[in-house]
Amino acid sequence: MRNYEVTFIVDPTLPGDEIKSAAKKYIDLIKGGAKITNIDELGIRQLAYPIKRKNTGIYYCVEFEAENGVMIAPLELAMRRDEQLLRFLTVSLDKHGVKYNADKRAGKIGKIIKKKKVEEEPQHKRRNNNKNRKKRPSNNNNNNSNNNNQGQNKDKDKTAAPAATTPAPAAEAKPKS
Amino acid sequence: MATREVIKFLSNPKIGGKRSKYCRFRRFGIKYIDYKDPDFLEQFVNEQGKLLPRRITGNSLKYQRRVATAVKRARHLAFLPYVTDLLK
Repeated sequence: MRNYEVTFIVDPTLPGDEIKSAAKKYIDLIKGGAKITNIDELGIRQLAYPIKRKNTGIYYCVEFEAENGVMIAPLELAMRRDEQLLRFLTVSLDKHGVKYNADKRAGKIGKIIKKKKVEEEPQHKRRNNNKNRKKRPSNNNNNNSNNNNQGQNKDKDKTAAPAATTPAPAAEAKPKS
Repeated sequence: MATREVIKFLSNPKIGGKRSKYCRFRRFGIKYIDYKDPDFLEQFVNEQGKLLPRRITGNSLKYQRRVATAVKRARHLAFLPYVTDLLK
């Protein structure tokens, strides 16, 4: 008795009943010869690349326990012939895989928390300085060069703080570089 | 000749040395890598979607192979792309 896992993707452009019936057909096919442990409907997901000109798909994942290698070949043959399925994958789970799936169902496995990228905002400080500069006479050249240099210095933190106080003499040196 | 105890440094001489790399699966006892979890697998893949080498990720050989098969299965099921430009 081996534990298997089948993941298949159904065409999303079909009417809702046809999607359900297509999935049900394979679930019943599995039920005929195996004991189903779990059926997971991942729902509509964005595909990482278009398959058969479609950008989304409806994912189903069925985990079942069956005799070694008996019903896998006919199951895969049926899936291959069906035009409503975009992709399928059958995997034989080892003991670690079975344990992982059981833990996941019990909620013991947490999701990864993605760190959001912190956006830098040195530009605002510079823009304030430009406003102050415009009031003073004979600094028109310096204002233009400050605007040009913002694109270069956006990513450098070190120029944010010291440049806040002295952008004019720094700007005179920068246009030459 | 000054001995090691006598020499004093302004900053710790170990700064800039190697960070000890370890296999995160060995250390935390993770035995199975799920191919249906693209968020987890993205750690082992670069911005173009290519698998990262073992010397970068720090994985042991056994788990690097499992990661590779998981990523390839995920690519087959369109959880991860084969080739892309802006994965991260």
